[in-house]
Formats: sequence, C-alpha cells, structure tokens
Amino acid sequence: MGAGHAHRLYRHGHSPVHALPPHTKLAAVLAFVVVVVSTPREAMWAFAAYAGLLALVAYAARVPPGFLLRRLLIEVPFVAFAALLPFVARGERVDVLGLSLSVDGLWGAWNVLAKGTLGVAASVLLAATTELREVLLGLQRLRLPPLLVQIASFMVRYGDVVTDEMRRMRIARESRGFEARGVRHWGVLAKSAGALFIRSYERGERVHLAMVSRGYAGSMPVIDEVTASRAQWCRALALPSAAFVVCLLGWTV
Amino acid sequence: MSTASLAVAGLAFAYPDGHQALFGVDFTVARGERVALLGPNGAGKTTLVLHLNGILTGGTGTVTVAGLEVGKRHMAEIRRRVGIVFQDPDDQLFMPTVREDVAFGPAAAGIKGAELEERVDRALGLVGMAEFKDRPPHHLSFGQRRRVAVATVLAMEPEILVLDEPSSNLDPASRRELADILRSLDVTVLMVTHDLPYALELCPRSLILSDGVIAADGGTADLLADAALMRAHRLELPYGFDPRSVPAAPGRS
Repeated sequence: MGAGHAHRLYRHGHSPVHALPPHTKLAAVLAFVVVVVSTPREAMWAFAAYAGLLALVAYAARVPPGFLLRRLLIEVPFVAFAALLPFVARGERVDVLGLSLSVDGLWGAWNVLAKGTLGVAASVLLAATTELREVLLGLQRLRLPPLLVQIASFMVRYGDVVTDEMRRMRIARESRGFEARGVRHWGVLAKSAGALFIRSYERGERVHLAMVSRGYAGSMPVIDEVTASRAQWCRALALPSAAFVVCLLGWTV
Repeated sequence: MSTASLAVAGLAFAYPDGHQALFGVDFTVARGERVALLGPNGAGKTTLVLHLNGILTGGTGTVTVAGLEVGKRHMAEIRRRVGIVFQDPDDQLFMPTVREDVAFGPAAAGIKGAELEERVDRALGLVGMAEFKDRPPHHLSFGQRRRVAVATVLAMEPEILVLDEPSSNLDPASRRELADILRSLDVTVLMVTHDLPYALELCPRSLILSDGVIAADGGTADLLADAALMRAHRLELPYGFDPRSVPAAPGRS
C-alpha cells in the first residue's frame, strides 16, 4: 500500500502484527473489547492480565511503549467525567486523604477507566499496525454495508481537499482584513462554513459524474481482494481467546 | 472509410429549466483523428461532452460511437468506449491510491487479476506515471494529477478520448509534457479548449461551437487565421500570437 499515505496514527513496520490481514485484526480487536467489557469490575487482576496481553502484542508489533502511551492521551477528555463519579455518586462513603468519596463511585470510575483504557489501547495498536486504506478493505471484507465503506473511503480521499479549501478560504478572509475575534464574528465564520458545505456538495456531484463516466453503477468494483489463511485467523484471534480465558476466570474465581 | 469514431447528428437539448443549450449539432470524427472543439463560455461545450457518453440524454438527435448508438441499451459499453477526462483532476481521481483509481474503470467493467494489473501498468506507462502507482492522488502535483486522470481513462482502452480543457491550470512544462503524451497516443481525441495555441499545436482540425450549433469546421490553422470568424464567436488569440507564424499540427494518416 501507499507508503506516502501513512496517517498519523500509523507506524510503518514489518512485524508479524503488521502482516496480518486487516479484517482478522479488526475482528480480534472487536472481540477483545467485548470480552474486556463483560469482565466483572471487581476482578482487578483480570484487567492487569489484559494489559499484559496488550503489552505482548505491542512487543510483537515493535510499537514502543512511549508511542503507545502518547496516543493513549486521546482518551483523557472521555474519561474526565469518570473522575467525578466518586464525588457525586451516592451510597456508602470512605475517607481518602481527607476527602469523602463514594465507594460505589470509586468502583464506577475504576470500571470506566480500566475498560476504556484497554479498549483505546487495543484500537491504538490496531491503528499503529494497519494502514487506513487496509482498515477500509478489512471493513469491506467483514461485510460492513458497502455504502458506509464508500463514505469512509471518500472521507479519506477528500479530507485533505476540503481542509485545503477551508485553509484557502481563511487566507482569503484574512487577506481582506478579517480576523475572527469573539462572538460578533461568528456570523462570518458560519457563512464560510455554509459556502464550504455547498462547494463540497457540488464537488460531490462532479465526482459522481466522473464515476458514472467510468462505469460506476452503484457498487465499487473489487480491486484488492483481502483473504486470510486459517493460520492467520488463529494468530489474530489468539489475543481475544486468551482474554476470554481470563474473563472466565474473573467470573468464577 | 471505416466507421467514424464519433458521429453526432441533429443533437438538440434543453435543460429541464427550459434553457436550451444545443440547437442541432452535426459532426463526425474519423478514427485516429485529433479534433479541437472551440467555443466561448456558455456555447454548450460541456453539455455536448456530457451527451457523448450518455450522462445527458432526452433531447433529439443521435450520438453514435464507433457504430453503436448512445442509449440506455448499451450504456456500459458506451461509457467504456468514450473516455472523458474532466477539467478538475480532483474530481476525477476519487480513489485512495493512483493504482486503484486507474483500475476503477476496468474493474467496473469486470476485469480482474493479472489482466487488471497489466492494464493499470500500461495506462500509467503511457502517461509516464508508472512510479507513482502506490501514491495517493492528493500527494501529486497538479500536472501529475492531470496525467493520472488521462491514465484512468486510457485504462479503459476507449475508442475516443474526450478532454475537457486539458491545459487549464498547467505550468508551461506540464503543458508541453501533456502535449507530448497526447501526441504519442494512438487514439481518437476530441479536445474541448479555450487554449487556441494548444489546439493548433495538437489538432489538425477544429470545430467551433457557438450558440449551440457548429459554426465552423475546418483546418485549425485556417480557422484561427480567419479574424472575422474568430471575432464573431468571441474567440481571441493570446497577445502576440500569430497562427500563420507557427507550423500547424501534422495530420495523421
């Protein structure tokens, strides 16, 4: 696939994880997340085991810990509210460092934080080892509705074009002495957004015309058929299978 | 004489809003000819082009491509035979990589595997873009994108190549490179353009479309030298350009 097409989350490499077909990796991540989410929150050791499994995958994929941790920061805004839970939840309370916290809230916060972090870490690993283009091929192979895959692939293709258009409009605005300062200027920005929408819509029509001219009749022709051998499926599903065993132990022990 | 590549007879068309764009257009283009379609803005050039592969239909008159009449019955075959290169390559190149884009047309026609790869390689070779196969289109220069856009159409092995303003937005070097490529192709060409020197350089014959009819049909050098005709149809040569001072495009047998 295109070497120049690397998105920011991708880390170029030739590890066994990179080599797996994209749809096996997608299925593995999804299964892993489902298993993690269905683990009882009291089985704290199970979450440590999951983290260990992901660390093994990262090691196999030669993704350095620093890279992984930096990308995990994206999670922060989403789990911020989890930090509030111990303060606002009701029920039995404990004193920690002079603060009165809800026991139930603490468990809730832990639950969100642990499961969220594991899910994000698995997704970051997927993104680091799979090109965006491959993810789309994988989704197509997993029988996601073709329309959704097409929309996603046009987003990949035209994201830069639209961003560039937006940048040119901003430069044109600023060249005529406009600078967005405060609420009074929001009207101008809203009009720019509207103009951008109309331009993109018209481009969509022209693209459709070009597609129809080359024989498009509602479905994308299959150019790259991705296939996976039984061995590749086994390798990819090793992660969720191991996690499943941990999960079962979490419920019984 | 063999069957003409393109024959347009009595073509008239009005848009649904009542605006009539074409009033009975007649012309033929023989196999292997390179013909320029000249005309001022609003003359109906784009409307005519969209009739050639059946995107617009519903008016009167006929369009015949290598003996096959444009109509619902053979739409797929017509779209394969008529390769339209649109003005903005960003509209034409909608797939994530150059390779997939060039493969789109042939793949939509049901070609796959080794034959598909071969088509892609040959088309990219013809426009000198073979080493950019795995690059995403938005990382190419404008001239390169225009060349890839030509390749996407050549991969369908069309009977006739229709170019909409092929020289627009190109720097002089890219403009000359594209001219060299177009000259080297063994295919019928209909070139819609405002760029009169480019028409003179590439096309021995020209048509002038004005107010929805073919106003003149003849040797490009003769038409451009006819000052009264040019003035009557709002066609102007660039400052200092004298069509009699340069050699005309050599005809092809």
